[in-house]
Amino acid sequence: MITALWIMIALAALLGMILGYASIRFRVEGNPLAEKIDAVLPQTQCGQCGYPGCKPYADAIAKGEADINLCPPGGEEGIHKLAELLGVEFKPFGEDAQPKPKAVAFIDEQICIGCTLCIQACPVDAIAGAAKQMHTIITSECTGCELCVPPCPVDCISMLPIEEKLTNWKWRYPVFELRQTS
Amino acid sequence: MIKLRSFHGGVHPPTHKKESTQSPIMAAPLPAQLIIPFRQHAGEAAKPVVQVGERVLKGQLIGEPVGPISSSVHAPTSGTITAIELQQIAHPSALPDLCATLVSDGLEEWGVRQTLSYRQLSSDELQKHLRRCGIVGLGGAVFPSDMKLRHPTVVNTLVINGAECEPYITCDDMLMRERAEGIVRGIEILRHALGTDAVLIGIEDNKPQAITAMQRAVDESSHPFKVVAVPTLYPGGSAKHLIKVLTGVEVPSGKLPTDVGVQCYNVATAYAAHRAVEHGEPLVSRIVTVTGNVEQPRNYEALIGTPFSELVELSVAKADTNRYIMGGPMMGVELPAVNVPLVKASNCVIAASDVLFPPPPPAMPCIRCTRCAQACPVELQPQELYWFAKSHNFGKAQEYDLFDCIECGACAYVCPSSIPLVQYYRYAKSEIRARDHEKRAADLARERHEFRQFRIEREKQEKAERLAQKERAAAEAKAKAAATATVIATPVDPSADTDDTQQMRIDAALARAKEQAATTPPKNTETLSPAQRAEIEAIEERRAHIHELAADAGADDEPPKHSQGN
Ligand code: SF4
Ligand code: SF4
Ligand code: SF4
Ligand code: SF4
Repeated sequence: MITALWIMIALAALLGMILGYASIRFRVEGNPLAEKIDAVLPQTQCGQCGYPGCKPYADAIAKGEADINLCPPGGEEGIHKLAELLGVEFKPFGEDAQPKPKAVAFIDEQICIGCTLCIQACPVDAIAGAAKQMHTIITSECTGCELCVPPCPVDCISMLPIEEKLTNWKWRYPVFELRQTS
Repeated sequence: MIKLRSFHGGVHPPTHKKESTQSPIMAAPLPAQLIIPFRQHAGEAAKPVVQVGERVLKGQLIGEPVGPISSSVHAPTSGTITAIELQQIAHPSALPDLCATLVSDGLEEWGVRQTLSYRQLSSDELQKHLRRCGIVGLGGAVFPSDMKLRHPTVVNTLVINGAECEPYITCDDMLMRERAEGIVRGIEILRHALGTDAVLIGIEDNKPQAITAMQRAVDESSHPFKVVAVPTLYPGGSAKHLIKVLTGVEVPSGKLPTDVGVQCYNVATAYAAHRAVEHGEPLVSRIVTVTGNVEQPRNYEALIGTPFSELVELSVAKADTNRYIMGGPMMGVELPAVNVPLVKASNCVIAASDVLFPPPPPAMPCIRCTRCAQACPVELQPQELYWFAKSHNFGKAQEYDLFDCIECGACAYVCPSSIPLVQYYRYAKSEIRARDHEKRAADLARERHEFRQFRIEREKQEKAERLAQKERAAAEAKAKAAATATVIATPVDPSADTDDTQQMRIDAALARAKEQAATTPPKNTETLSPAQRAEIEAIEERRAHIHELAADAGADDEPPKHSQGN
């Protein structure tokens, strides 16, 4: 009886030591949950969630400070993904945070005065240009965050919705009626 | 005699091939106007190399390949290019794509045709020639044929696909019956380029005339090719399944046939390769079956770019025709309009009516009878895939090998609940592809955003360092200047404008003032009487004392900014 007890105690102590060692030795850098959340966010970096980018929002969600329905670019699907990841209920968007169709920025090169203000605003460096030179959006890198629109002093940046083309066309969800079997 | 294997599942839909094999291939008359899409092959669309208003000759290059997986596009006849613009094409989306409009001049004047003797050519040179001639897989996948000759592994068997398993389609059948010699020559060119020994020509046993014709052509050519009759079973014409039947080798999921030492070409592709190499003719026409609800179902040799409406007119569509299908009834897609142009992928156009193809009965819930799983030639679980696709559970669908599905429609064909299963799979596949694309874009955006933050941080640091350096230099200069009692104005960095650099500058300026005050004696104190001097010293002492007190009290220890006066 006593021997069994001692064995169990020794075992517990040993395993405890191993676990303690492992938690120091294999410590994960950073906050793994925040990183997982960040991986789900759309990386538009638009700040519509009220945080200065996707990473800060991810950190806030991880700390439990922010709701999961604040990111319009992620769409309803983004909320579903977050809900699944965090094991919480789906929550619809609020009144003021409704998703919009995806778009890319376009600079009217006739009007642009080359002030570089939009370059400073773009979170992903998707605008090419230099002082007093005409500026251009690198469409493939633009996330459609709209942050470059308000700083432009001559209002030459507009958001163009992404059109459906052959290269991005998708098969639709099949729509057909079910036969009534009452 | 070679031993045939079989594959799992498969179905026997009514073939309807008799109708269109009664009359020989007919050359379709030259249309007045052709519309030639620049995207007719798998991969990147070709880039236009002609101008609007330019006169082109038959076979002249009008679109050149872009990137490794791409192919060329040629003028199918001589005439004038009247437009290069977006036009509707044969695609289920009904979205337009870039096309050239060619008004023919009726002369059919050929450009330069470069014939080659393939025996003297290396595989590389042949690949270049096929790419230049716009040869792509004519079985339906339109994958550039030159890419299929480029393989890192040893290929020891060439399989030639003449199975043509899908109902209604007979273009390959008629081609084999009438042009077997050209096909065999083409096969020999491909065999030479691949460097294989064994060649197996698989033809379904419901085409006895084609088998005889091919056998005769092979015998006459004295090449050691084997013509093999394979059992008629849909979808036995899928490359992987034909390879399995003929060689017994199974191409693993996600692998190419070349990974197991086999390559597969369609008979029509072999014929096109023969025309390209031995006649110098790029791919400007193809055989197409016009059948279904028409008076005279048959095959036409038509120029690429011929509007389908002209072909349908030749065959006289019946009055109750209400839609047209490009391809067969199992895998084909409905044409958005009948005047869209024929492309390299168009093997068949079926005029459809509600009598010929009654609309499917309304779908019922899946009863999990697993008939679909028994029919699936890829041994998937269609009922599970359907469930996951329906509920948008794409991760699970991928786990169940959704991407191995060849969209053959065998499952939907047997489903007693008439569920449009393939539509669900297509939907799920394109959603998954779009998501992968979005994910990549998001990763790129994250990277760029992080880099930008890093860059801003780095620039800030660099600026601070630069400033500190300047300050040091200035301080040294100041020390020197002080030695010579000269005041030097410190240059101000005009680029430093952020808040903290401003603060730094203010601090620096204060430090300078302090130094100056300490080292430079005021000008009006140069000639003083000893009494005055003593008085100043006393004042200074008092002042120092006050400063000490103030410092002790923790109060502002700033030196007075004004000059010490009298
Ligand atoms: S709202 Fe914008 S910044 Fe916030 S998480 Fe969504 S995409 Fe990122
Ligand atoms: S270009 Fe404008 S809309 Fe596009 S990512 Fe940059 S700031 Fe956002
Ligand atoms: S055949 Fe149709 S009803 Fe039967 S299991 Fe498959 S999907 Fe369900
Ligand atoms: S369509 Fe896909 S799932 Fe259905 S039988 Fe064909 S391969 Fe199998």
